[in-house]
Amino acid sequence: MIQIRGLTKIYDGVPVLSGIDLDIKKGERIAIIGPSGTGKSTLLRCLNFLETPEQGEYVLDGKSIDVQKAKASQIKEMRLRTAFVFQNYALFANKTARENIAEGLITVRGEAKETAFERADEILRDIGLADKADAYPASLSGGQQQRVGIGRAMANNSELMLVDEPTSALDPEWVDEVLQLLTRVAQARQTMLIVTHEMAFAKEIADRVLFMEGGRIVEQGPPEKIFTSPDDLRTRSFLRKVL
Amino acid sequence: MRALDLDYMLGLLPILLKYLPLTLGMASVSMILALLLASLFAIIRVVRLPVLDAATRVFISFFRGTPLLVQLFLFYYGLPQLFSFLTAIDGISAAIIGLTLHFSAYMAESIRAAILGVDRSQWEAAKSIGMSTGQMMRRILLPQAARVAAPTLINYFIDIIKSTSLAFTLGVTELMGAAQKEAAGSFLYFETFIVVAVIYWAVVESLAFVQTQIENRLSKAVNR
Ligand SMILES: Nc1ncnc2c1ncn2[C@@H]1O[C@H](COP(=O)(O)OP(=O)(O)OP(=O)(O)O)[C@@H](O)[C@H]1O
Ligand SMILES: [Mg+2]
Repeated sequence: MIQIRGLTKIYDGVPVLSGIDLDIKKGERIAIIGPSGTGKSTLLRCLNFLETPEQGEYVLDGKSIDVQKAKASQIKEMRLRTAFVFQNYALFANKTARENIAEGLITVRGEAKETAFERADEILRDIGLADKADAYPASLSGGQQQRVGIGRAMANNSELMLVDEPTSALDPEWVDEVLQLLTRVAQARQTMLIVTHEMAFAKEIADRVLFMEGGRIVEQGPPEKIFTSPDDLRTRSFLRKVL
Repeated sequence: MRALDLDYMLGLLPILLKYLPLTLGMASVSMILALLLASLFAIIRVVRLPVLDAATRVFISFFRGTPLLVQLFLFYYGLPQLFSFLTAIDGISAAIIGLTLHFSAYMAESIRAAILGVDRSQWEAAKSIGMSTGQMMRRILLPQAARVAAPTLINYFIDIIKSTSLAFTLGVTELMGAAQKEAAGSFLYFETFIVVAVIYWAVVESLAFVQTQIENRLSKAVNR
């Protein structure tokens, strides 16, 4: 569905992503694990054009986008095809839960407010927050905010959901409800790329696990393989530390 | 010290109050135009639009760096000598233009600072769902910046109201101009100008009250 070719991102002369190649198939759920500062977030951010990579291309349904020469229309297309769930939720502070979910439908996709709000209410029921439709983010718990964040990503029916450490900013008490919701999203075969430190969760939902270190994909494979008998020494030593 | 002529003061009050609508009208129109212009300048500066950014910077520097009175004279007496089509401009319009430009320069800086103060995550979330820069400004950043900038902007409105008194130097008979004429007839300068002062003071105090109300409302609505 989306192929990433030779993706390179450099900060201050230091490569943070060094020629990432990755094919993402429709319906595939990919977990990315790896030590801090290895470019996991950067990879997701590049796919959403929150960062402009120095080199590489994205191939969408056979059409290629050169990241350096991407036109505004191609950047927008990429953003519409991907939906970001942020570590710190990043809900619009001036909008209610319902408005947060409907915002993209109204402003970007030009839907009528009524239909967008209907869709938002449907999602709010689905994520168990129907009673919080009119609440502003500041009055929601971290777990509730992140669920709205996931709802916002669901609303856009994007092909690829990019989820960056969805629970690492949460108080422990809210982690489960967020992981449960994401598990349901994954079970609906939403294509997703999810960076997480929750290994049990990764094992449960992922079709494929990528281990990243130093801006490269060091090793990848099905979770059974990666978590039990990884080939690479670096994967092994990382897993020994976190498991 | 002689006694104050209280009868004169009481009689003067209704006469002067008739000019309050003009004062408030000029101030309100200037405020609205200045807000629009300042938002535009702030966006140009935040997004760093090439050329326009530099031009805006010079504009802001000029209008903050020179006295309002000088600017008003420049518009009313000076510019018509260069551009003949401006000779028709009346004192009220010249005052509104001057106040608008002058205060838009100050307000642009407050709005710019407020936009830059909005958490970076709000920009990223807006961009990530595919919003254009304009949409992001209008729907996400400006509303949040407005909340932060509101108290300062209301202070500028208070400043504008007081500054409309300078319009009398352009021959406009607003509150100050009317007082000037009354005083010239009665020679009771102290009585006249203390009444004018009290009227301005009362207006500003009521605004300060409204300001507190608005601030309370805003901080309750969306608290972050
Ligand atoms: N805007 C930036 N400017 C400069 N360097 C940056 C910037 N963003 C990230 N980096 C650097 O790029 C490297 C990769 O960062 P990234 O956030 O992608 O890592 P990560 O794998 O997501 O780490 P973590 O698990 O801590 O979230 C880090 O060394 C980081 O310091
Ligand atoms: Mg990260």
